[in-house]
Parts: sequence; C-alpha cells; structure tokens
Amino acid sequence: MGKTVVEKIIQAHTRDEARAGRIVWMDLDIRSARDFGGPNVVKHYEREYGDELLADRTKTFFTFDLCAPACTLRYADNQQACRDFALKHGIKVYDVDQGIGTHVLMEEGLAQPNSTVAGTDSHMNILGAMGSFGQGMGDVDMTFAFRTGRTWFEVPETTRVIIKGALKKPASAKDLTLFLLKELGTKRLALKAAEFYGQAAAGLSLAGRLTLCSLITEMAGIVGFVPEYNDAARKEIERFTGAPFSPFVADEDAPYAETIEINVQGLSPQVAAPPSPANVKPVADLRGVRINSGFIGSCTNGRTEDLAGAARILKGRKVKAGVMLKVVPATRRVYQELLARGILRDLFESGAIIVNPGCGGCAEGHVGLTGKGEVQISTGNRNFAGKQGKGETYLASPAVVAASCVLGQIASPEDL
Amino acid sequence: MEKTTLRGRIWVLLDRSGKLIEDIDTDQIYHNAFLHITEVSEMGKYALGNLEGWKDFPAKAAPGDILVAGRNFGAGSSRQQAVDCFISLKVGAILAPSFASIYFRNAVNSGLPVLKSPRIERLAEGGELESGDELEVDFLSGQALNVSKNMSFAVEPMSTVQKEIFRAGNLFAFGRSSNRKA
Repeated sequence: MGKTVVEKIIQAHTRDEARAGRIVWMDLDIRSARDFGGPNVVKHYEREYGDELLADRTKTFFTFDLCAPACTLRYADNQQACRDFALKHGIKVYDVDQGIGTHVLMEEGLAQPNSTVAGTDSHMNILGAMGSFGQGMGDVDMTFAFRTGRTWFEVPETTRVIIKGALKKPASAKDLTLFLLKELGTKRLALKAAEFYGQAAAGLSLAGRLTLCSLITEMAGIVGFVPEYNDAARKEIERFTGAPFSPFVADEDAPYAETIEINVQGLSPQVAAPPSPANVKPVADLRGVRINSGFIGSCTNGRTEDLAGAARILKGRKVKAGVMLKVVPATRRVYQELLARGILRDLFESGAIIVNPGCGGCAEGHVGLTGKGEVQISTGNRNFAGKQGKGETYLASPAVVAASCVLGQIASPEDL
Repeated sequence: MEKTTLRGRIWVLLDRSGKLIEDIDTDQIYHNAFLHITEVSEMGKYALGNLEGWKDFPAKAAPGDILVAGRNFGAGSSRQQAVDCFISLKVGAILAPSFASIYFRNAVNSGLPVLKSPRIERLAEGGELESGDELEVDFLSGQALNVSKNMSFAVEPMSTVQKEIFRAGNLFAFGRSSNRKA
C-alpha cells in the first residue's frame, strides 16, 4: 500500500514503520523554542540534563517573537535566560528584531521541504505550505528534543480535500481558508493531516499557502499540505531553500481517511465572527458592524503580499477617525521589502500604526489588547473569547480589514 | 501489583444549558497573559481562569479530582502551562471524548493521565456523570465506574507509549529509563 505525504515525511525520519495510527520515534531536523516556552525549556533542561550537551547545536534555535522587544520585566528576564543558555551551548538566537519564528525558519532555509521541524508554536504546521512537516510542541517535548533530537509521534491519518471551482477577486486565500474552516469545522480534520487539491489550492502563492496551512490548527488538524505547486510559488520557496525543490507527493494508492469535495466557485469575502474561528459568515451578513480597531499581520497574513494588498486599498485613503489600525510585518525581511517598495509609506500615510516584526496582535505582549466593548477586525487566526483582551475579535483578509478600517465598519473592498 | 487505578471526585465541565463544553481552548484553560510563568507551583491559580462559569475552579479543586470535558479539549496553543496548571492543583486525570493533538501529547509527556471516552458526552448530559460523583478508572483495562451511581462505562486504554511515560513519571524519566530513546 502506498503512502500519504505525511507518512512519507515521517518515514524518512524514523526506523519504525510510518503508517497511520502507529506511534513512532521521529527525528526532528529543527528544534526551536520561542520567548514563550523557551524559558521553560531552559529551566527543564538545566534541571534534567545539567551541563550535558545538546544533541546538535546547529539544529537547535531560539526565535523570539511574542513579546518583542520585551515590554515587561518577566519577558525581559525570560528572553535573557534563553540568551544565556544559547551562549553556553553555542546555539543561535533569532532575537526580538527578526520576527515570527516559523517564517524566519523558512526564510533562513532551515525549514526544508520534506523536513521535520518542531517548536513551541501551535502554528508551526504552517510550514506545510512549503512541504515541511512543522509541528507545535510543548516545552517538555522541546526540552527532550533539544537533548535527543527526537520524540514520539502518532502518525496521523490523512484526509484529502478537493477544492472545486476557481478563486476570483475580491476573494483571497484568507476567504478561501475561512470558508474551508466553516465547512470543515473543528471535527472533520480533527487529529488528521490534510492534503488540499484543486485549482484554487494549487494556484495559491506562497503567502496564500501559508494562510491556508496556518488555520489547520483551528480545524483541529495536525498539518496541511498542498502537494501541487505552481511555478511562482515554487520559485518563491526556492529563493529560501537555495536548492531545487522536490517535495514528496502521495502515492496513487495512498490510504485516505476520507475524501471531501468543497466548491468555492463564486466565493465572496468571508469573516469569522466571535467567539470561534469556525463561526464564518459572508461579509454581506456582517456589513455595518462598527469596529474600533484593526490588525493586519500574524503568521497567517503577515507576508509582503498580504500587507501590499492592504496598502493598495489604503493608498490615497484614510483610516476613519477614531479607528486604530495596527500593522505588523511577519519578519524583518518582509519589513525590508515593504520599505523598498514604498508600501510602508502608503500604510503610514493612511494613518496606520506600523510596528516592528513579530507575532503582533494575536496575544498579549507585542501590540496591546482589546478593551471591554472594543470591536477589533484582525487578519489573525483566533478569536476565542478573552484571547486578545476583553473586546470582540472578527477574523478576515487583509483587504477586508483595510476596507473596514476606512469605513469604520465591517466592509468588503468593493464597498469603497 | 502495580497501581493502575485512579480514583477521585469529578468536575463535569457543563455550560449553563447543561451541555458538555466542547473546543475548550488553551486561552480558556490558561490565559496568554500568564505565559511568562515558568514555576509549575504558580500556575494552578490560573487554571480555567478564562472559562465562563468555571473561573473559581482553582478554589474548588482538591488533589485527585478528575475533570470531565467535551470534545477537542485543549484546542489552540502549544503551551505546556495549560497542562501544568492542573498538575499544580494535583488534578488526577482529565476525561474527554477527544483532545487537541498538542494538548494530548503535552499531558502525556508531563505524566497527567488524559483518557478518551466517546461515551461521556451522553453520560454527562444525561445526568449519569455529575460534578461531585466519585469515579474510579482503570487506565489499563479502560474500565470506569461511577462509584456514586454504581454505573460503569468504558474509556480507551492508554497506548503503550502513554502507559510507559506515565509509569516513568514523565518524558524525561522515561527517556533515561530507556537508552534506545534518549
């Protein structure tokens, strides 16, 4: 019997038989920890292993992106504890100036197609966008992996999702993703890997793939892959990997848990209303909901293409008086590209607040929280009650957030 | 004879309408405002601190208590604190129809028994599992007994790796006891 993409990647990293349902010992090519989880790893490591060497210091990293630069003493202490540990063990820190760890690992060519990458980030699986098996893990797993280079893993079953129809403007990768989340909910892909097929998936840019793969976590899935790559996406990925790109594809007789067909023909812009990312409705159903603030960024929508799309809408327009728009590029490299292309100027002149790279508005620490009664529209990936403060969060594409900030209410770019 | 049975008082995480709460996410279990904490003993007081109706859980919980939750418990973040806060309170086990994948492995690695049972949703919503009942679970055989109501039901037995890590205490101890792995 053949193998699915995730089975092939895991098989390349274990001596055990990688079949769905089996628990294997899996080698991790890259192990990383953030300023969240990282200090816990340091504490565990020193208690459990003392001065013992890491399995491989060249495969072990810290990436600081949650509270960057530290705005509380506790985070400053925690980041410094990681830096001291890194110095002692000779490992590299992607510090508070670098941006979101998952994106940095991709840009630096550390995450490679068919590799296994683990870190203290539940959206580590966005690396599925480039054919890498990224997986978020807790600080116990990561400590163990720092020391041993491996951990146990239950090989997931795979569900095949065939997306029918073409994605047409103004619908974007985020609208597609939110619509899939609405259709698949938190049950259909629960504890499974996904392979997405069809023109609407294969046609996505790298940024679009990252958006789609980032919300697998919200679908309760393990990881998502889009095994067909268009030339442009392939070139973008090769720019980072520095080598010709040959990701695994599933065998013809690979076993799937289920095959699901979803039609996206004629899809319009979508918004996830609080309190759940799967609570997705067309913009038309929410048009007119007043907003107080907007956030454009995150691992889901923080790429150059995402911010450029928002800037195209905001150029020559103003964020409505009384509305606060926060923009956070995913990484320093993205920031530099935006700077070079004049996009930051367009965003600035529209009234947006431009913040240094990082995880931005998804949690406390980087660009603040929502207050009681505040309504926020965000390009992030979670809107659970209380996650970003006491206000309410709607999730949408960069274009919908930009248009909504201009009008002061939830709106589609076509409403301008 | 090795102890393979857990016994404790249960807390059934129902919402106001009497439904078992599904998709409880890690920010409801342990809010991101406290992610800077690295001391397990400091984490207990924040357990379920953002879950409507259950914010007083740390004051009510006693060592050995068992939580009963809805499907996809622990959705969201990879934070170990969402497991460690229950270890801090000495919670004995968590039962749910299913767990989010990262949460499940974090719990296994920390030696907190997490047990799956598709049946508990019906039992909890039918009043056959109520907060305060005394529960006994054999996590090897998968036999569970609500001692207070003399009602038995099945949970999925632990997998081999879960059992071995639990026996060792946590993933670190397991790694040391098994040279092949560590």
